[in-house]
Amino acid sequence: MIQYFSLLLTAIGIYGLLSQKNLVKLIVSLNIAEIGVNLFIVSIGYIEKGLVPILSSENNSSTLLFVDPLPQALVLTSIVIGVGITALALAIIVTINHSKGTIDIDELIERGGAEE
Amino acid sequence: MKRIIAGIIALLFFFTVSIVLNTDSQTVSGVPRYGEFDLSERNSHSYVTKSVNDTLKEVKFGSTIDAETGSANFVTSIVINYRSFDTLGEVTVLFLSATGVGLLLGGDKKRLLSPIKASPVVKTAAKIVSPLLLILGAYVFTHGHLTPGGGFPGGAIIAAAFLLLVMVDDEKRAPALLKVLEGSMGLAYILLGIGGLLISGSFLQNFLPTGVVGNLFSAGLIPIVYSLIGLKVGAELSGIVDDFVSEGGDNI
Repeated sequence: MIQYFSLLLTAIGIYGLLSQKNLVKLIVSLNIAEIGVNLFIVSIGYIEKGLVPILSSENNSSTLLFVDPLPQALVLTSIVIGVGITALALAIIVTINHSKGTIDIDELIERGGAEE
Repeated sequence: MKRIIAGIIALLFFFTVSIVLNTDSQTVSGVPRYGEFDLSERNSHSYVTKSVNDTLKEVKFGSTIDAETGSANFVTSIVINYRSFDTLGEVTVLFLSATGVGLLLGGDKKRLLSPIKASPVVKTAAKIVSPLLLILGAYVFTHGHLTPGGGFPGGAIIAAAFLLLVMVDDEKRAPALLKVLEGSMGLAYILLGIGGLLISGSFLQNFLPTGVVGNLFSAGLIPIVYSLIGLKVGAELSGIVDDFVSEGGDNI
């Protein structure tokens, strides 16, 4: 069920990326799609009745059934890179807005590169 | 019209991947059924039992000495020990991103002033809360090998403390020392990696004793590297916040 939900989130993100004209809304769509993909990767490592992959005084032996820690580690990397992409993209959008006065894709294409 | 086509493409994506999910995973090797697979068939089994190079034996919390990596948190042991090179790349990506934001928005600019003055109550409360947030961040990244969390969440909490100070005080800027901290922490990470190359024979390999699983001073390089990453990420994200609040300001 959670896998279909994550796919739905990714599909919403793809729809937003294809249909929106506002650059900020494109970044929001990209983030939604990314959350869907991250959720899907984590769900691949889930085991029925699996424990959190951390040894503690309650779950104190490596022979217990833990969920797969590898997808979680990969998603940790992916989240950090997502933060980097979002910050850089927003900075680029701010710069575009300063020089062109708009962040709408259609208007930017109409104006072309003529206006410096 | 364009929106309808976009909707059709998104629906096609959803149904295609749903069909892949519904295939019989016994005959088609693909995505396993949700919640039903055997961990011992996967590579991750050797990460959980700490037997990538060592022999397979039971690891007990609080009593096993000198286990491979020695980290109680398996995710941390993958991120900082088995696949530390990935993390070095990840830190580099974040560094590049922060540099790009600084290049586009930074420079010697004055801060944008907030249109609403923060009340004295909020200012005083922020001054009390932000040191506590810094302590929480330091706790999260020094205990990365024992509890959930680690360098990246710890760094984000530290940046949140800075963001709180920026929001209540119109004069607050990031200290210039942050850039030095950021760079030197990244350098220290690479130097530790070269130390592993010289002592253990492989880049970023652990060369310290790993101690008892579950102790604070255990897991060799992991707490050290995660502290470096926590400080570096905290400085980087604070720098990004500082760049964003100063965008569009007048030149000094």
